[in-house]
Amino acid sequence: MLVYLVLTIAALSFIYPFIWMIMASLSPEKDIGSLILFPSELTLDNYEMMVGKIPIWRALFNSLFVSAINTGFSLIFCSMVGYALSRMQFKIRDLIFFILIFTMSLPFQITLIPNYVLMVKLGWIDTYLSLTVPFMINAFGIIMFRQAFKGLPQALIDAARIDGCGELRIIFRILWPNIKPTIITVAILAFMGSWNEVLWPLIVIRNEELMTLPQLVTLFSVGGRAEAQLGVKLAAAVFLGAPIIIAYLIFQKHFIQSMASTGMKD
Amino acid sequence: MVSPYLFHLLAFTAFPVIFSLILTFYKWNIIGPMEWTGFGNWERIFNDRLFWKAILNTFKFLAIHIPLQIIVALLLAEVLNQKIFMRGFFRAAFFMPFVISGVVVTILWQQLLGYESGVINRILVLLGMGKVGWLIDPNVAMVSIAIMATWKNVGLYVILFLVGLQTVPKQYYEAADLEGASHWQKFFKITIPMINPTIFMVVVLSTIGGFSLFIEPYILTGGGPLNSTLSAVLYIYKQAFEYYQMGYSATLGVFFAMMVMIVVIVQKKFVEQDV
Repeated sequence: MLVYLVLTIAALSFIYPFIWMIMASLSPEKDIGSLILFPSELTLDNYEMMVGKIPIWRALFNSLFVSAINTGFSLIFCSMVGYALSRMQFKIRDLIFFILIFTMSLPFQITLIPNYVLMVKLGWIDTYLSLTVPFMINAFGIIMFRQAFKGLPQALIDAARIDGCGELRIIFRILWPNIKPTIITVAILAFMGSWNEVLWPLIVIRNEELMTLPQLVTLFSVGGRAEAQLGVKLAAAVFLGAPIIIAYLIFQKHFIQSMASTGMKD
Repeated sequence: MVSPYLFHLLAFTAFPVIFSLILTFYKWNIIGPMEWTGFGNWERIFNDRLFWKAILNTFKFLAIHIPLQIIVALLLAEVLNQKIFMRGFFRAAFFMPFVISGVVVTILWQQLLGYESGVINRILVLLGMGKVGWLIDPNVAMVSIAIMATWKNVGLYVILFLVGLQTVPKQYYEAADLEGASHWQKFFKITIPMINPTIFMVVVLSTIGGFSLFIEPYILTGGGPLNSTLSAVLYIYKQAFEYYQMGYSATLGVFFAMMVMIVVIVQKKFVEQDV
């Protein structure tokens, strides 16, 4: 019984704050200070005010667009490189793999400033390019695909070659259907990484029309525009959290498996 | 086939690392020309009290965050690693904060931790205790952030520990039962040594995560009160994008990155010794 008590208290401490947040965002401002769970009346005032103050729909579009581009390109590029590293013979293959592992352990603090300078020099500040191009490929995705392709039988590839398939066709038509869990993992990680990233957009985007959702909500929250009104801030936070919470409720198992695999990279 | 990676590597990793090293010898506000300063930036680091304070703050954060995280995650994983009704539900509930943006979590906790009308202080008052200045007391603010970060990330570590716990062979526990070992004895004599690799993996992952602490203090406190929550990354960000000291902030970045790597290498040495 003690076990269930511990579990229930823990579960409540993780879930209750979210419920409180949603309820508070639906309450009139004067009620938030005294709210424990249910508001005296429900209102959408906070959401209307938020939509009036910041281009939140545009930010939602930006975030979806950027995350979709990054996820799509990550899948394509990481599979190509992973395939080459596991199934093709060429001179510097082992060297590339070594570099890959090395760059994974390189802290991002070292590249942050020079990458910003690079964006300035390329003229990519305040464009979608700075939010997408640097994130179209990542070492972890390459390693996941390399691992998955290694596990497939060579006969599958040989048979496709005899039928006259090119390498790209082999990857995407023949091999992809056999490694769905890996594709889902790389996709979820790329999408989440892109969706939740906030330091980089804060640095490279100044134009409000191009801001991503977490960036816009952050600046709204720390800037003066929420005018110290808690309800509006919380409404913005709910708006930012909702898409991921909904996706999580539907694809919960995939999320947990994907994230757990990040710990297994050694 | 590997050309996309090579382009990416050259543009966004190799070039920045080299350029970063070059920048450490210059003073540059990004608009004007670069100005050679020799080792000026490096000397400045050692006299920059605020930077050392930020480093100290970051270590303080880690010192609270990592043990707390391991204890809570291990406890929850141990409890979940039994035949439990609605096990999937509990696992999903613990994991939820981890998938949500740190921005949402921070805005939410800002309200929970408020002094006058924060939910936590109101509950404390209801229980007859005094209010705590969670975010306004310089001695407490970093502790609050460490607790919040633990709340957000612990779900991931519960899952990693669960995976680890399932690798422990059942026979060991059965043998211990025959010897009449207590629950605690089994936990400390069998479970902990067997999942040592997982524990160290958790330490390394949360160290790397902890060293990149940024958005929580940025939203919650702006580094205050009295710079008590100024993290190293927040300080680097401020040097670069509030004071436009590109050369100096690049130097800070290189210096801090080396520090991170040394800490992680030392931790990895520990793993190899103990296992």
